[in-house]
Amino acid sequence: MTTTQEMTLNTEPFVVNIGPVHPSTHGVFRMRCKLDGEVVIDIEPVFGYLHRGIEKLAEERTYTGFIPLTDRLDYISPMSNNLGYCLAVEKLAGIKVPERAEYIRVIMAELQRLANHCVAVGSMLNDAGAYFTPFMYTFRERERIIDLFDMVCGQRLTYNYMRIGGVSQDIPAEFLPALEKVVKRLTKFLKEYERLLKQNEILLARAKGVGILSKELAINCGISGPVARASGIKWDLRKADPYSIYDRFEFDIPTGENGDCYDRYRVRIEEMTQSLRIIEQASKQIPGGPIKADLPHIIYPPAGEVYAHIEAPKGELGFYIVSDNSIAPYRCHVRPTSLINLAALRQMVKGWKIADLILIFGSIDITMGEVDR
Amino acid sequence: MAIIDLVINRRLSLAALPPDWPGNNYWWHWLFFTIVLIAFVLVMVMGAIYIERRAMGRMQSRLGPNRTGPFGLLQPVADAVKVMLKENIVPDNADKIVHWLAPVIAFAPVLMIFAVVPFQNGALLADLNIGILYIVAISSISTVGVFMAGWSSGNKYSLLGAMRNVAAVVSYEIPLVLSIVGVVLVAGSMSLNTIVLKQDIPFILLQPLGFLIFFAAACAEINRSPFDLMEADSEIVAGFHTEYSGMKFAMFYLVEYAEAIAMSAIITTIFLGGWRGPLLPPWLWFIVKTFIVFFVMVWTRTTLPRVRIDQLMALAWKFLFPLALINLFVTAVQVLVWPDALPWTAVYINIAIMIILIFLWSRFFKLGWGRVEI
Repeated sequence: MTTTQEMTLNTEPFVVNIGPVHPSTHGVFRMRCKLDGEVVIDIEPVFGYLHRGIEKLAEERTYTGFIPLTDRLDYISPMSNNLGYCLAVEKLAGIKVPERAEYIRVIMAELQRLANHCVAVGSMLNDAGAYFTPFMYTFRERERIIDLFDMVCGQRLTYNYMRIGGVSQDIPAEFLPALEKVVKRLTKFLKEYERLLKQNEILLARAKGVGILSKELAINCGISGPVARASGIKWDLRKADPYSIYDRFEFDIPTGENGDCYDRYRVRIEEMTQSLRIIEQASKQIPGGPIKADLPHIIYPPAGEVYAHIEAPKGELGFYIVSDNSIAPYRCHVRPTSLINLAALRQMVKGWKIADLILIFGSIDITMGEVDR
Repeated sequence: MAIIDLVINRRLSLAALPPDWPGNNYWWHWLFFTIVLIAFVLVMVMGAIYIERRAMGRMQSRLGPNRTGPFGLLQPVADAVKVMLKENIVPDNADKIVHWLAPVIAFAPVLMIFAVVPFQNGALLADLNIGILYIVAISSISTVGVFMAGWSSGNKYSLLGAMRNVAAVVSYEIPLVLSIVGVVLVAGSMSLNTIVLKQDIPFILLQPLGFLIFFAAACAEINRSPFDLMEADSEIVAGFHTEYSGMKFAMFYLVEYAEAIAMSAIITTIFLGGWRGPLLPPWLWFIVKTFIVFFVMVWTRTTLPRVRIDQLMALAWKFLFPLALINLFVTAVQVLVWPDALPWTAVYINIAIMIILIFLWSRFFKLGWGRVEI
């Protein structure tokens, strides 16, 4: 026995830095991977390359002045960030938002969810190695949604559209017909996309059963959004703790069974269909009236603290604000979806290969702007 | 290409390979075909780059390059000029000589493959009677160049890419060769010119299973998607040529497309009837068919996601290898039954066999989902 032990080669793990500059780390994420050949033994996530101190900056600005900075948190879905922050301040100051503004907000938030899932699904498939085709297709559709945002607020990436007590400007007359067209187009597109990829043998082989996130682990890590729902947790804040006017719409919460990459992909596609349903209902019911509550330019919310959360496209996005009755928040903390969803990454990728590591990482769908803040 | 006609019609009295070689026009023949081949490969590569970029653009619902020249036709030239003007950067911890040598070793064999590919009846550099063996032997050499590049770069991504490439080539060589053996049995010759002459029925119909196996294996050999693991850009950046820039990178870029063109040309020659076809001149048929095969490769690249390394191996050893063996056996029996030439009946039989085999095998075959327990 001893002789065989003497014969064994002395090997050591192969340490590869994936990131911060790498084609598929979705920004500047860095993973120090210990590899045994192709197999990932361990990873050590490193982040902070995009830290801009947004939470601290909030303390230097007025309540309204912080809204443009929320755009820079999760820059793939700025509308949702705006909504989350405005809801928090409104809850703090007890502001009532006009009906029309609520509807506009819901439409924007759901359009943003569609746009975000377009990016998420496209880039996940790109990570799987489908050479840019699914990516370009989803980006083509996202472009239509961005055109709509452009129409209402003149911006294509950082919208800065919502205001405390409403939205910054009313939707133009041609918005609703254009919205209807986009909804029709997206419905058709989703069918086409499903035909291309739902039963694709290679995608099934690559994504099914890969990177399983168990229900228990997901709950223990505080994971939310499509990633948690893919693990079979029926948890959607739009139903569980309805904010804004989500209790008026009919929609389902799609869930997965296995919690693998394929389920996360499926859940996102299903969610897009549900978002289209909400938009259809909202655009039919939208009333007239003012779009912004009558508020002074600078508000002084009463001293106190508040936590408001919304179902952002990536999961639960929360804003915790402490007010000391001055023009700026005393403290503003963001509950970043992307960072918390990364918590289980290490357990998910251990024992899989490098190719799977990239795919699992892509299927979580993070934005570095939100991870580092 | 008129000059090829001149040569073929022997107005310049240059025969393909004179029986008394090295004889009268031996060196003329060499010189002429060497120049023609190099020019041909470079022009075909430019065409391939143009087709890949434009076709991929259309398939991905974008325009593709359209700014340089009419319809972006000069894009390959612009690419080449850009890449040549780049600074040549060699990493500090690179093995300088090997790093320098790798692109050359990768490129030379690809050019050599074309020596035995007939552009027209008898129009080839050397009508070797072991043409197919020659191709199989030569085409594996560029792997050495790729591995040298990966090893000498001193970059971990490059090393991973190179290791993947060697693993893939070693595995896929076997189904590749076995599927060619079927063709050799039917044609009764290893010379590519004879194989083309024997294709009264194109071998894609007589050997449909062999064609599919060869196509898949060829894609893996030359690292076209869905088997492009060695330069998997989303995983290992650019694989073995991560650390290459300037002219050396251009060489690898050239190798990539020249290999694709070479494999398309071989598929054209041994399965699609080579230069044979009605109306158009033979060399044009050859080029058209080559580009059609290349287009199919572009098509699969834009459509399919990439497989994983263990799935790549599983596909070679559990799927392609047994099917290639069965195909070889069936072909051998058929050649025994019809010793002269396979009739049209064999076409129907073989297509039926192909459908049944692929259907049955894919029911038992699963691309593995293995996770290693740590």
